Amino acid sequence: MTVATPTITPTAEPFTASELEVIRAQFPILQREVQGNPLVYLDSAATAQKPRRVIDAESAFYEAANAAVHRGAHTLAGEATELYEDARLTIARFLHVDENEVVFTSHATEALNLVAYALGNASLGIGGEAAAPYALKPGDEIVTTELEHHANLIPWQELAARTGATLRHIPVRDDGALDVEVARSVFGERTRVLALSHVSNVTGQVSPLAQLVPLARAVGALVVLDSCQAAPHVPLHPRELDVDLAVFSGHKLYGPTGIGVLYGRAEVLDALPPFLYGGSMITTVTLEKAEYLPSPQRFEPGTPRIAQAIGLAEAVRFVDELGLDRIAASEHVVAQRLRDGLADIPGVRLLGTDPAAPTVALASVVVDGVHAHDAGQFLDDRGIAARVGHHCAQPLHRRLGATASLRLSAGVHTTPEEVELALEAVAGIRRFFGVDGDDAEGSSA
Amino acid sequence: MSALEQLYQQIILDHSKHPHGVGLEVGEETSHQRNPVCGDEITLALRWNTAGDRVEAVAWEGAGCSISQSSASLLATLAEESADEGAPWTPDELAALIEEFREALRSRGAITLDEERFGDAAALSGVSRYVARVKCAMLAWVAAEDLLTRRA
Repeated sequence: MTVATPTITPTAEPFTASELEVIRAQFPILQREVQGNPLVYLDSAATAQKPRRVIDAESAFYEAANAAVHRGAHTLAGEATELYEDARLTIARFLHVDENEVVFTSHATEALNLVAYALGNASLGIGGEAAAPYALKPGDEIVTTELEHHANLIPWQELAARTGATLRHIPVRDDGALDVEVARSVFGERTRVLALSHVSNVTGQVSPLAQLVPLARAVGALVVLDSCQAAPHVPLHPRELDVDLAVFSGHKLYGPTGIGVLYGRAEVLDALPPFLYGGSMITTVTLEKAEYLPSPQRFEPGTPRIAQAIGLAEAVRFVDELGLDRIAASEHVVAQRLRDGLADIPGVRLLGTDPAAPTVALASVVVDGVHAHDAGQFLDDRGIAARVGHHCAQPLHRRLGATASLRLSAGVHTTPEEVELALEAVAGIRRFFGVDGDDAEGSSA
Repeated sequence: MSALEQLYQQIILDHSKHPHGVGLEVGEETSHQRNPVCGDEITLALRWNTAGDRVEAVAWEGAGCSISQSSASLLATLAEESADEGAPWTPDELAALIEEFREALRSRGAITLDEERFGDAAALSGVSRYVARVKCAMLAWVAAEDLLTRRA
């Protein structure tokens, strides 16, 4: 059985085989073998591999321009500051926003915590009149969804606990999609925040933002978007999406680890009080109190992640030069074959089958009778790197009737041949573990 | 036999599909162990003789990968065999066995479990080549160790 699996409609040509070869040659790690087989890396949703130019950009900074930024009058300090702020400009252009709306964090998780803690501080009365509109009171409501990554769920649970606000959820349907109909009744006049995923890290389905964001807007709620799984696959345009805050992680976008990005509408960022406190974020400090710089500096205390920001900017240039439209077109082919191929394997259940949802090139399955950890081990033996477990989304797995799943996620370097190898391997799992003779309960086959 | 076949020997797959020693009694003292990486869970009890100085049986319940589940089943089988042979474990004997098991599993393939001492559980030797899976195999044994420690 082949299920209808629309992916994002391509607006450009996919990469040709020879173009793919050139792209692959830029990733040094793709040269290595795993368990005696060429590496087939299908875990880009966990972390993307790095092109040589990103690795080089990071080391070039350490070799030629390393210095602390935003302080010191010497030449290196000036050069380092310029490189760091150029990186911010590159990210701002990538997001089609202003530079002062881009805050560098350690990772997307920190970016989401920054927002939750800044709102928590506003709720304590910190930040004065400017921050007061963002204060949460007992009885106010925070809306999140049943499919969130734990990083976009737990910070809100904790914020609700600290402020007395109530946490509400947009439920997930059997096909893994957010239930827009039920969502209408989740929003109310006490809704203050909507925090949701742009793309699910389990199903790969794009959230119906065009339907959900207006529901939050209608009640004046702040919208926080987790774009971690969207950034490597689709053009990011937080202003067009009409969200107030958006986060993504650098390492999933072919950049270094240790760097995340928070976009915030200037008006919101300038009004919110800081989350972490220290040097580099202040104007005047006395023994009793401090005054803070505007965004983004007020959210970047301490020595920032300079080399990582520079590496991320190089990754963004890499993606820009390939063209997100062409990346999307190539991944469309991969996604379609991956999802259809997985759905066709007896005893294998695809998580997330909404025929209307656009999807990126990642798919998760449950193999009947075989624990995901064992399935992943079988793939690893063939050199295929896939993710197993709950992918930091336990509530979604529970909702879809699974404790763990096997996730395959592609990158710009993924070839059609690699997808076939993976499908062939997945098709062999149940035979290897001796369960292919058993009834495939709950299977879509 | 490939490394993967050594990891997933037939004994392991059989125990994982048809586990031994499953079933806890209400109110019995148990140790609950979790492997947060993959969600494996084992709740295990040691059943003592009336004198309270020898382990007559190991009982457990759990969910997870074939390695964690078969390892619990194999530990229960080993306990049963020792009891059937008229030599149920003393706490010291069990503690020594657990330590030996841990040492072999952490050896990265250097130490093979002795079939004389471990019976069918020796089939778990293949796990030691897979660092990420050692925790799965250890889960039931750590639960037993936890119960011994509480008792001491």
